[in-house]
Amino acid sequence: MPILETRKLNKTFGGVQAIQSVDFGIDEGEIVSIIGPNGAGKTSFFNVVSGMFPPDGGQVIFDGLNIGGHTPSQITAAGIARTFQNVRLFPNLTVLENVMVGQHCRTESGVFSSIIRTPKQKREEVMIEEKAKDILGFFGTRLVGYRFDQPAFALSYANRRRLEIARAMATEPRVLLLDEPTAGMNPKETVELTELIGRLRSERGFTIVMIEHDMKVVQGVSDRVVVLDHGTQIAAGTYDEVSTNEDVIEAYLGRPAESRAQSE
Amino acid sequence: MTATIAPAPTSDQSVESRVQWRRMLRVGAVVGLVMMFVSANGMAATFNGRLIIYPILSLGYLVLYAIPFVGGTQFTKREELEGVETAPPSVTDAVNAALAGLLGGLILGLFAWFVDAVPGVRTIFPSMSPEMVDVLTFGLGVGPALVLLPLISAAMGALAGGLSLLSKTTNKALRAGALTVVSFALFQVVVDDFFDFLPAVPDFLYTRSALTIVAAIILFALGAAGSIYLPGRMPSIGDRLGSSDAEVRRRTSLWMAAIIAVAIIILPQFLGGILNELLINVGFFALMALGLNVVIGYAGLLDLGYVAFFAVGAYTTGVLTSPISPTINPMLTWWQAFPIVLVLAALAGLLVGTPVLRMRGDYLAIVTLGFGEIVRILLLSDWLAPYFGGAQGVRNIPGIPVFGTEINVTTPHLMIYAVVFFVALAAFISWRLEHSRIGRSWAAMREDEDVAEAVGVDTVKAKLTAFITGAVIASFAGALFAAKVGSVFTNSFKILVSIVILVIVIVGGMGNIVGVLVGALVLIGILGGPNQPGLLQEFGQYKLLIYGALLVYMMLQRPEGLVPSKRRQQELHQEEFLQDAWLDKHGRFVEDHDHSPQRPGPSAAEPGRGRES
Amino acid sequence: MTTTENKPAEGETVVRERRALRLSWVDGFLWAIRIGAIIIIAVGLIGSISKFAAGEGLTAEGWRDLIVSSLAQGAMYGLLALGYSMVYGVLGFINFTHGEVFMSGTMVGFIAANWLFENGIWDANPFLSMILVLIVAMVTSTVVAVLIERIAYRPLRGAPRLIPLITSIGMSFFMQYTFAGLFGINFNTYPPPPDVIAGTVNILGLEIRTTQLTVIVIAILSMIGLWYFVTRTKTGRAMRAVAEDKEIAGLMGINVDRTIVTVFAVGGAMAGVAALMWSLLFRSVNYIVGFIPGVKAFTAAVLGGIGNIGGAMGGGVLLGLFEGVGPILILGGLGIPGVTQLKDAVAFTALVLVLVFRPSGLFGERLGSEDRV
Repeated sequence: MPILETRKLNKTFGGVQAIQSVDFGIDEGEIVSIIGPNGAGKTSFFNVVSGMFPPDGGQVIFDGLNIGGHTPSQITAAGIARTFQNVRLFPNLTVLENVMVGQHCRTESGVFSSIIRTPKQKREEVMIEEKAKDILGFFGTRLVGYRFDQPAFALSYANRRRLEIARAMATEPRVLLLDEPTAGMNPKETVELTELIGRLRSERGFTIVMIEHDMKVVQGVSDRVVVLDHGTQIAAGTYDEVSTNEDVIEAYLGRPAESRAQSE
Repeated sequence: MTATIAPAPTSDQSVESRVQWRRMLRVGAVVGLVMMFVSANGMAATFNGRLIIYPILSLGYLVLYAIPFVGGTQFTKREELEGVETAPPSVTDAVNAALAGLLGGLILGLFAWFVDAVPGVRTIFPSMSPEMVDVLTFGLGVGPALVLLPLISAAMGALAGGLSLLSKTTNKALRAGALTVVSFALFQVVVDDFFDFLPAVPDFLYTRSALTIVAAIILFALGAAGSIYLPGRMPSIGDRLGSSDAEVRRRTSLWMAAIIAVAIIILPQFLGGILNELLINVGFFALMALGLNVVIGYAGLLDLGYVAFFAVGAYTTGVLTSPISPTINPMLTWWQAFPIVLVLAALAGLLVGTPVLRMRGDYLAIVTLGFGEIVRILLLSDWLAPYFGGAQGVRNIPGIPVFGTEINVTTPHLMIYAVVFFVALAAFISWRLEHSRIGRSWAAMREDEDVAEAVGVDTVKAKLTAFITGAVIASFAGALFAAKVGSVFTNSFKILVSIVILVIVIVGGMGNIVGVLVGALVLIGILGGPNQPGLLQEFGQYKLLIYGALLVYMMLQRPEGLVPSKRRQQELHQEEFLQDAWLDKHGRFVEDHDHSPQRPGPSAAEPGRGRES
Repeated sequence: MTTTENKPAEGETVVRERRALRLSWVDGFLWAIRIGAIIIIAVGLIGSISKFAAGEGLTAEGWRDLIVSSLAQGAMYGLLALGYSMVYGVLGFINFTHGEVFMSGTMVGFIAANWLFENGIWDANPFLSMILVLIVAMVTSTVVAVLIERIAYRPLRGAPRLIPLITSIGMSFFMQYTFAGLFGINFNTYPPPPDVIAGTVNILGLEIRTTQLTVIVIAILSMIGLWYFVTRTKTGRAMRAVAEDKEIAGLMGINVDRTIVTVFAVGGAMAGVAALMWSLLFRSVNYIVGFIPGVKAFTAAVLGGIGNIGGAMGGGVLLGLFEGVGPILILGGLGIPGVTQLKDAVAFTALVLVLVFRPSGLFGERLGSEDRV
């Protein structure tokens, strides 16, 4: 049974059908890339799956549970975490604090236990900090040591992307939705991040759905590729299958002039 | 470093050796208008009644002629950019400043002439009276004033310009001296009270509530000397608290806490009635400000109807404890009523918070304002008078029974302990919550609500928790207030109170417990609350005007407040922060913004060091 | 937590449903308020109707007078609401000081009216006098509005949203107490309306107070003038463009700063007209007359749809009716004593209800691209 799937998912935004009857499925431990030209509905897909908008039709099923219409925090608590296309950190919180916030849905100290600092609350705080540091350690030396106390707005672009992934990891998800994780990175950083995505699966066991434009990344790390255009899925399969698919090429590049003239 | 939200004042960086006519005209006009304003609304005349130095200097003249002085400083200000040489101060600045002052004084003189010539003005503007003209013209009449006023103003402007030509230390010393003199003069009541055991001191210093000339000179000298010698001898507390050594920080904080605790315990025994009352008022506002700080400072929810929770606490206590409260009359003791107060306050927080969960910031502000007013109107109404007393309010509220005595309006020295206790409690609660899982979730929500939700923070619960916590803290104040005054009327729960508390939180430092406490002390202590006099009674009529102006000024110049939370300071001065990080050649983030460029040597050239690439 | 199981189709997995229960209590709470409000209104209405049928409470003439005076007041709120609506549409924050802009028009207008009265012109040339007072009020309000924008808002153009709001709160108080200091705290009373508009007028068989009729007529004329300005002139087009998207408007060659000043100026001018209306309807002014009407006018602006100019006037009229007629009609019908005291509470309740249940307003909001969700 796929860990995450959508059935006939629909979403309309003010007259524009962003997602049309999308059937999607991913098994635990897979890495699937979603590609497609701009405006294809990829981020809208993420938005609906992660709960930012309720679906207009169809179902989103996670681990056998219909999560369509649940709030984002409920969905994150259920086990799906996401990053954003335009990195959205908490700019004035420190690196460590950003990641610690991710642990919010996995912990439970309330007002009273926080005020009187019960032993359980103290242990929980220590655990949150250690888990956060451990997660940041996953990224090598880039986000550790003195970086813990740096405010997030002071980080370089690449580090901000990494921090966002770290924060998503902190919610202890089973599925990670990464929205254009390598956008804006230089070739060296891109390679590093591609590697990192692979390690996310191999070392930490995450299932990953990734929106990407960089085909090298897609090719380098995906098990499967799904292609969206104008809100519908037009192709799916391995990278090689999809990259040679005529419909896909047409979606990106358009039809060659002669063949259009022929069909008219 | 002046990269604040407001763009830097249009300072001509190139200090040409000529008169900057346009700028001079502009500043002069503003100076003149402000001086006119201060006179026209009666400040000059009213403040004239309060002498600073007997018999030569009154507060009125001090305030009035401080204006051309401040105007003059416009010409001497320089924007300091790291690594860029600032232009040196020059005599032309003083000339420009003097000319601006001249213009300002001339405008004021003409104004005095106008008021004198058109007596009918007084029927519409009551303060433009012959007394005002007298004050402005030094009693000499309009003619001489037209010459005198511009000259004095020009002199003040020139003074401002001239001061900049002196060394920095001299400037600092002169400023400290002046500040000492003015402080001792204005806070004469405090000094009097403080030296109760040694009356010779205040007797020497003061005549008719103002400083004697001799005393003024001595204090000036002491202040100036102190500013030169003291900083060298003792590392300041601020430095200690900001030090990167955690052990030093901890020890300093403990010492500070101990000193303050001791002061709080002994002080009330020494204070006279007026000061005691003042501190109690400060305490009440501090308590409420702490509560509002949770809602605004931590969770970022702009609640303008906060006074409603205060009212809930006060009226609940009143109705439940007063023997003559109408209809509902269980006549409980304060302690018995207290848990009920807390529960009702929490419920109120829930009721206010739930409808506003999905509102954007502005709308939330005005809806809460509406709630506050609805509560007040209902409590005041004839319809609910059978329960709440309507315009009569609830009276005969007993005090807090403690160890045989009762803390109420007749025992202010005990009341202050109660207030301090609850302030400490509120501060403690705020502090613990700030540095906890909940505090983090509030901070995340304040930064970006949608993302916080996406990262697993239940924003519904977080917002409601904030409202409820704020409401409960306000209800502490309400319950105490009912016991202290012995009666509750809706007059104490106007919108004005919510706004004043807002000003305290913002001016003091939003999100910072110490800042809020300092804000309450400074604002309520000196200016006073809406219904409560502060130390400077002369300001009484004008305090709300000052509150408004202060709020505007702080938002334009220093939105993070006087004692900002580190996070807020970073947030509002991001460019400066990044600049500092870039300029730090060590490649290491130095916590306490040490500007002195300690060039390290060859290692600075390593790639990947310094500002993130 | 309710779970239902779908009958699995051929090869499909069983899907457990879990309704998002977490928010349902919030929604339930809101529904309870809705239902409560409807019940209160319904019972109140029935009570009032039965009272009327029994000959108690207001007579038919009484109701008619009430409705007309409420309309007049609503017209005033509508003009005032324009300022809030336009500023929110362009800059995205509530300009708390607009109430004081209005107040300044009333106070300085008083100076003019008083002077005219004392020199006999008020009674000799009533129309000229009123036009003079109108001009004075409009100029004052416009100047004050523009000054405030320049001093307090322009420096904060890029700041996080709550900062201009807080600044405007501070500015509002500063202005209030400035005027209190300058004019004193006592009420100043406008001279009595000249005879020509002092009485009543008979329209369609109804006796209407001339002052109220004048107010309504002025409102209509102002709206027509404003509509013309906004839709037919180049400046008006620029205003609409800047309200839509400041950045793009700037790229198209529109002087954004100057246009924003125009927005404030127009709002101020309308507030000046509203000031004249206040003087006709209420006659007494002092430093505090701006605050509560300001909040109510903002309610009207949201009620009509923030950023929507026609909506602002519509909202104003509706609010005037609700506030004027509502307490007596509904609360009086419920048998609550002393309903006129509760007038402001009714207006504030309208504010809360609108913002909670229909923040986009009745006629649709028009926000800039930066503020649209």
